[in-house]
This record gives sequence, structure tokens and C-alpha cells, in this order.
Amino acid sequence: MDLVTFRSAVLVILFITFCVMVFWAWSPKRKQEFEEAANLAVEDDLPNTESEETQP
Amino acid sequence: MSNQETYDDKVVRQFAVMTVVWGIVGMLVGVVIAAQMLFPVLNFDIPWLTFSRLRPLHTNAVIFAFGGSALMGTSYYVVQRTCHAGLFMPKLAAFTFWGWMLIIVAAAITLPLGITQGKEYAELEWPIDIAIAVVWISYAVVFFGTIVKRKVKHIYVANWFYGAFIITVAVLHIFNNLAIPVTWTKSYPIYSGAVDAMVQWWYGHNAVGFFLTAGFLGMMYYFVPKRAERPVYSYRLSIVHFWALISTYMWAGPHHLHYTSLPDWIQSVGMVFSLILLAPSWGGMINGMMTLSGAWHKLRTDPVLKMMIVALSFYGMSTFEGPMMAIKTVNALSHYTDWTIGHVHSGALGWVAMMTMGSLYVLIPRLYGKKDMYSIKLIDVHFWISTIGVVLYIASMWIAGVMQGLMWRAFNADGTLTYTFIESLSATYPYYAIRLLGGAMFLTGMCIMAYNVYKTIKGSQPVSIVVPDPA
Repeated sequence: MDLVTFRSAVLVILFITFCVMVFWAWSPKRKQEFEEAANLAVEDDLPNTESEETQP
Repeated sequence: MSNQETYDDKVVRQFAVMTVVWGIVGMLVGVVIAAQMLFPVLNFDIPWLTFSRLRPLHTNAVIFAFGGSALMGTSYYVVQRTCHAGLFMPKLAAFTFWGWMLIIVAAAITLPLGITQGKEYAELEWPIDIAIAVVWISYAVVFFGTIVKRKVKHIYVANWFYGAFIITVAVLHIFNNLAIPVTWTKSYPIYSGAVDAMVQWWYGHNAVGFFLTAGFLGMMYYFVPKRAERPVYSYRLSIVHFWALISTYMWAGPHHLHYTSLPDWIQSVGMVFSLILLAPSWGGMINGMMTLSGAWHKLRTDPVLKMMIVALSFYGMSTFEGPMMAIKTVNALSHYTDWTIGHVHSGALGWVAMMTMGSLYVLIPRLYGKKDMYSIKLIDVHFWISTIGVVLYIASMWIAGVMQGLMWRAFNADGTLTYTFIESLSATYPYYAIRLLGGAMFLTGMCIMAYNVYKTIKGSQPVSIVVPDPA
């Protein structure tokens, strides 16, 4: 395989990889999973210290 | 069913406070050397205070002491919160804090003494390099151990960015610093000539790409949604952003070596990958900014969000400017001029420091059981003084850089140079003065932050937070 064929092949492989990644990320099957994941950052982690203190 | 494990926040508190301290130290050294450019007499003819020795002290202090503490502290916080787990091996985490502080002190002593490897951003000599590797690998163990411990199925995107930053920095640091020691304070790299230069800038640019970008994107993906109280604009875009960014950054380094003895085709590879980088960079910027879509009104009242959005704007600007400067013909004008300094500070002050400050303003009250910072008004003052400071800094350096580039390349009809170097230097003086003003303003902002942080922390009891069960 000469260098030009090799370079072209690498380009095509990288492009396909990128497309697969985009399809994977946007697949409707994973929509809910990703929504749950996105909420990991906004769930409030602050404790309700009042209720903790009342525990014996 | 209650989980009685608590979050290990002590190490986060330590890193958060030290971020502010090292921020002031690093920026102060920056202001001193900016003043030396204007008034060379300010080195007082003392070798330890010369520009050549203080400049690496400045870069190491702001990148590794200020930025490093911010990244380690926030990553320990974020990984625990998004994994619903306390830190893996908390004692090792404490070791990473004390180890990192000791390394910073060692840097602050050796660099002014002139002990250096002479590699930009990798000046520290081999005994300190080994210490860095040990601390860094411990950091990786704690971070990834915590991810393994996680109670939720998914690994949140911020952790992917932090994880990539940790792994890549370990690889970069170890390979770039492979050297043969001669004495305790002197070593020679195992690479030579153009190969040494290429490895150095593979390291150097990825220090930007992973230390100053991927790590801070991790911070952005947690603290922007947190403050905006809404999930990131598109989680799916964040996945594409992550993979595209990390697989592209790795190859961009050769743009630091345009028109040198590095083989021409490698320079071209570096240029092309730098241009491609615009896409993932802007994908991330848009994702961060659009997180506020539907809640733009919050920018009117919340200076912390304003700071974060301005940080993302500077990220967008500098990641547009960077690819442009990586184009060979543009680089022929910009390289070795102050334009480069302006570009770096657009990223470092505008993006990295502003995102850090915004995140700390979210983090610090939470760590000390407070609802918010002591003074929101002072955050607003900090926001404006920093923003104006950055704009003065980068605008003056753009003008200075383009002017220098044009003066250096100007020829007379007979082929001689139109200007001597010293003429370009004296023409730059007014811009050095404006830069000094901008930098001093930015430092002032940092001092205002320190006061605000002190008042917030003072008298408060650090709270122990029980790890909640996953929702």
C-alpha cells in the first residue's frame, strides 16, 4: 500500500469513527440515560442538616 | 436505607483556599515581571530577581500552583458528588495535597536560584520531577478509585474531562522529563536537537490542551450547570465534544515550531490539527453557554454566572485565535512577538482564571456550610475589574505584537532591515505600560476575592456531608 492510499484510508476510517460516535450519542435509545446523567450535576448535594441533627 | 459514609471535603477545602493564595502569589510575580519589562531597573541587579528567573516562577505558579490546586480540589469535589461516593483512600488524597504544596515550595526556591532544565513549563529539575510523578500518580489512584467506587451507573462527563487531564498530564510529564541526572541540580534530556524540541512542544501544547483546557472543561461541565440550576444544554454534544477534543489536541504541538528545523510535513500536520481544533472547542463553548438558554435573566443578577459566561466567551475567542495563529503565514507574523503573550493570557486569564474564580465562588460557601459568599457585591466588583483588566492586557499585546511583527519584517529597497530591534522595543513601551495596568487590575480582583473568601470562611464550621443515596 503506498503512502497516499494509506493516508486516504486513515482519513476515511477517522471520518467513519466520527459518524459512528455521533450516531451512538444521538441514538434515541440512549436519550433517557443521558438525561439522567446530565442531572447528576444539578442534584442538590447539600444536606438537610436540620434533619440530621435530630437523629439520636 | 441510609448511607452513613461522608464526603471527604477536607482536602477540597485545603486546595480551594490554597488556589486563592497561589493565585495572588503567581499573579503578583506576573505583575512584577510586567513592571520589569517597562522598568528594567526593578530587578535591582539581584540575580534571583531577574526576568529570566522570575518568568518561569510566574508561569509555574499560575499554571501548576493556582491552576493545579483548583483542578485537584474541584475534581475531588466533583468526582465525589457525581459518583455518590467518598474519596478512595482519603489519606492518599491528603498526601497529594501536602506533596503538591511541597513541590510548589521547591519550585519557588529552585527557580529563582537559576536551577532549571530550560524547557518551557517543564523547568523544574529532575528530583522535583520525580516528586511530581509520585504525587500525580497518587492523584490518579484517588480519582479513578473513587470512580470505581461509584454508586451510580453513569460516569458524568466532567469526570471524563478530569480523567483525560489526569492521564494525559502523567504521560506528558514523564516522557518530556526523561533525563540523565549529572548532579542533584543538573540533568540533560535524553532527546536531542529537533526531536527534543518536538517532544517539548508535544508536552507544551498539551499542557495547554489538557491541563488548561480539558481539566477546566471538567470544572465548567459541573459548576456551570450547578450555578444555573439546569442540566447542561446537550449531554450528547458533550460526549462528541470530549472525544473530538482529546483526539485532536494531541497532534497540535508542532505549531510552536513553524519555520524551524522541524521537518516541514510535521509543521503542516500541527497546523492542520490546530485548525480542526476550532470545531470541538466551539462545540464545548456553545454547550456551556447554551446551558443558560431559557435562563438568561440570571445573568442580570448573578455575577458568578456572568463570570462563567465571560470565561466561556474568552475560551471561544482564544480557541478561534489559536488556530488562526497556527496557520503558517499568520505565524510568520505573530511568532516571537507579544501577540503570543496576549493570546496566552486571553486563555489563561480570560478562560482559566475566570472559570476557576466562578467555580470557587460556587464551591467555597458549600464547603463551609454557607448559602452563598459573604458579599455578592464584591463578586460583581471582582468581575468587572478582572474583565476590564483582561481586555486591557490582551488588546495592548495584540497591538504590540502585530506592530513588532511588521517592524521586524520591514525591508528597505536595498534589502537591509528598516528597523533595528531596539526600535521595535522602544515602540512597544506604551503597550507594556497598558499591560502592566491590566495585570495589576486582575491581581487586585484576586485580592478582593481573597477578602471575600476570608469573610465567608471566618467563624464558620466546616460541615460533614453524608453521601446521599443516588436518586
